[in-house]
Amino acid sequence: MIAIVEYGVGNLFSLTSSLQALGLETEVTGDAERLRAADRIILPGVGAFGNAKAKLDDTGLTPVLREEAERKPLLGICLGMQLLFERSLEYGEHSGLGLVPGQVAALREDLTDPALKVPHMGWNSLRIVREDPLFRHFRDGEYVYYVHSFYAKECDGSTLGISEYGNVPVTGAVRRGNVWGTQFHPEKSGDAGLRLLQAFAEL
Amino acid sequence: MLAKRIIPCLDVKDGRVVKGTNFEGLRDLADPVEMARFYNESGADELVFYDITASAEGRSLFADVLRRVAAEIFIPLTVGGGIRTLEDFDRVLKCGADKVSVNSGAIADPALIRAAAETYGDQCVVLSMDVKRVEGQFRLFAKGGREDTGIDAMEWAVRGVENGAGEIVLNSIDTDGVRAGFDLEMLDALASRVQVPIVASGGAGRMEDFAELFAHSGMDAGLAASIFHTRQVEIRELKRFLRDCGVEVRL
Repeated sequence: MIAIVEYGVGNLFSLTSSLQALGLETEVTGDAERLRAADRIILPGVGAFGNAKAKLDDTGLTPVLREEAERKPLLGICLGMQLLFERSLEYGEHSGLGLVPGQVAALREDLTDPALKVPHMGWNSLRIVREDPLFRHFRDGEYVYYVHSFYAKECDGSTLGISEYGNVPVTGAVRRGNVWGTQFHPEKSGDAGLRLLQAFAEL
Repeated sequence: MLAKRIIPCLDVKDGRVVKGTNFEGLRDLADPVEMARFYNESGADELVFYDITASAEGRSLFADVLRRVAAEIFIPLTVGGGIRTLEDFDRVLKCGADKVSVNSGAIADPALIRAAAETYGDQCVVLSMDVKRVEGQFRLFAKGGREDTGIDAMEWAVRGVENGAGEIVLNSIDTDGVRAGFDLEMLDALASRVQVPIVASGGAGRMEDFAELFAHSGMDAGLAASIFHTRQVEIRELKRFLRDCGVEVRL
């Protein structure tokens, strides 16, 4: 069973539906015991980092996720991926789960071309920089769907794939041990995204 | 870099797509779910569903259609039509919409854009505008293009973006339905004023019209309805054509 972490951040309709369309057993839950019982965990999220991290802390899920990440595959999506890192500079400075090395910074500040729009929103090509079982059904250069204004950098060898946006190599996918993350939304990336979720279910 | 987006727009009334369609091979020619499936397989980058129903019954049919589409089509979905309050946002987002487009609702209540952007984020709020040239000015129209508001459309767009609109759909009434190309003059005027993604609507008749659109800077997406529904332009073929013209597309 794949547990989707419910902690009051964002709409889980598409994510749940996409896993169900793949015939995967899923459960949306914020309950620590259910997360411990799951085979795999997906940490979703949209909105602001500080608010999301505070909710994980308030619901007591922060230590649960850190523990379970030692034992089973965990996938963070979008803001859920950003939460995996050590810290974020989104409106102040916040500490993350610290499961993947790196920090989350404002895309705008690193873009040299002021004509590039932020959020980085739309379909961008994902270039694989390190082969990984997550890409078992995915072809190098396929397009994936992004919506974000902050991005992960200085990931110290954890980067699996990037998408170029102007001069910035946007970190698209990362992995450290049992922990994977995608900045893009596989549940909105059409067939390519579904194949990526399928590969996660096979890890 | 980001791919240029091709977006079919489906007008839905009482649970059915209403603009002229010519879908041989589909079981139900005007079933929005069947059409969404077809477009997803054809390589559409996003789908726009426009609710043109007035009745409460139609509204609930629309919600049902949306849920059914979102349960099996995994590309971004934008929903518009009859969005007047935050509750309307909530209603369609819960059915699986990713973005919500406001038009007359924002004209009636300009505070709606800011309230929605604060609640759901800028990326969720699309400002849709129907614009027509009147006395040498780009004039904002309301109520499906029937009513001249007297408002300068470019000023309105700038204000919308300041309030948190994350994307603008510009529908030119002057070129809509003419199929002689997008309104590039109007679109350029908008691109020089705002820095959010611009979706061009109204006027596309041939594949070349899209190539011409994307040759202009600041254009992110082309939206059309009947030329896709009647299959005068096939999306897959259009994208191959654009790629050959040097436009980055998702294929």
